[in-house]
Amino acid sequence: MDKVDKMDKADKTDKADKTDKVDKMDKVGKNQLFDMFLTFAKIGAFTIGGGWAMIPLIEKDVVEKKKWISKEEFIDIIAIAQSLPGVLAVNTAIFVGYRLKKIPGGILCMLASILPSFFIILLIAIFFKEFQHYPTVAAIFKGIRPAVVALILVPVFTTAKSSKINIRNVFIPICAALLIWLLGVSPVWIVLAAGVGGIIWSIIKMKSER
Amino acid sequence: MIYLQLFWTYFKIGLLGFGGGYAMLSFIQTEVVEKHQWISMEEFTDIVAISQMTPGPIGINSATYIGYTVTGNVWGSIIATLAICIPSLIIVITISYYYNKFKKNKVFNAALSGLRPATVGLIAAAVLLLITPQNFIDYKSWIIFGISFLLVYFAKLHPIVLILIAGGVGYLLYGL
Repeated sequence: MDKVDKMDKADKTDKADKTDKVDKMDKVGKNQLFDMFLTFAKIGAFTIGGGWAMIPLIEKDVVEKKKWISKEEFIDIIAIAQSLPGVLAVNTAIFVGYRLKKIPGGILCMLASILPSFFIILLIAIFFKEFQHYPTVAAIFKGIRPAVVALILVPVFTTAKSSKINIRNVFIPICAALLIWLLGVSPVWIVLAAGVGGIIWSIIKMKSER
Repeated sequence: MIYLQLFWTYFKIGLLGFGGGYAMLSFIQTEVVEKHQWISMEEFTDIVAISQMTPGPIGINSATYIGYTVTGNVWGSIIATLAICIPSLIIVITISYYYNKFKKNKVFNAALSGLRPATVGLIAAAVLLLITPQNFIDYKSWIIFGISFLLVYFAKLHPIVLILIAGGVGYLLYGL
């Protein structure tokens, strides 16, 4: 009787221990989700100027401070994320989130990274219309508009360099730009044609090498 | 109906918008300004300027802004913003699952070799589409454009600083 009682007790404490552990794990899990949300919301709130500005911040927080993923993994993630369609910062957030907590993690980090800018732009959208027609605001934007066009001209050249545009392949960007600009071809078709073109070109190259 | 159009438009941009924010601009211009005429090219330029000075990527910012302007309520914003993210969610999760196979995928890398040079063309198209009489109202606009380019390309001036200076110059030239 005594033995059984003891065993029963031991069993019970064991069980209690286990549930305690599960509880703790659950808490850590929930805390980490919360932590992930805060981290990506912070990154989303403080990176001005688009996707590339976000990368060093993500690296600092996610790799160095929190140690959620290794540096090598992070470099791999960026390499893949930037070759995919969509917004780079969002892609990266989903990659990291999925790595940590599967699909819920991916969705959570995605939402966290877009929420701060969502609220800011929503406020601007609501109020900008009212100020837009003030003579002072109108004058300021008359100066800003040509500067913005120049701002977008810069990556034409920097991207041309980084994607190794030379005399032999310069016809691709020129044709793409002219088709969109002059003939009103949708960039959708340009992207599909460029992708298929790249595949065909690789097949030709492979066959001629044989 | 408008919500469906908004969703479909931004879903497409999220699904096929290769090459980063600037390359995505030509998608947004052709779909939102030219095809649906939800906003004018001037307004679009203003959104790009605002987007440069506020947190968040231009793709997301334009979705939030245009979603609101087109429908006049918050739901438009939410739908457009989520629509541009959903393709990413599906693609990234699928790729994470097949991560190691994907890294060495020859077909994808071959497609990418064609997409990279085309991306440059997409950004160039965004610039060409922005050169409108509304954005370039007189010769002074062209001077601002030229000096801005030199300052950012050669002197590596930060975009926010450039926009602040250009705003000040605009006030001096057109506001006084």
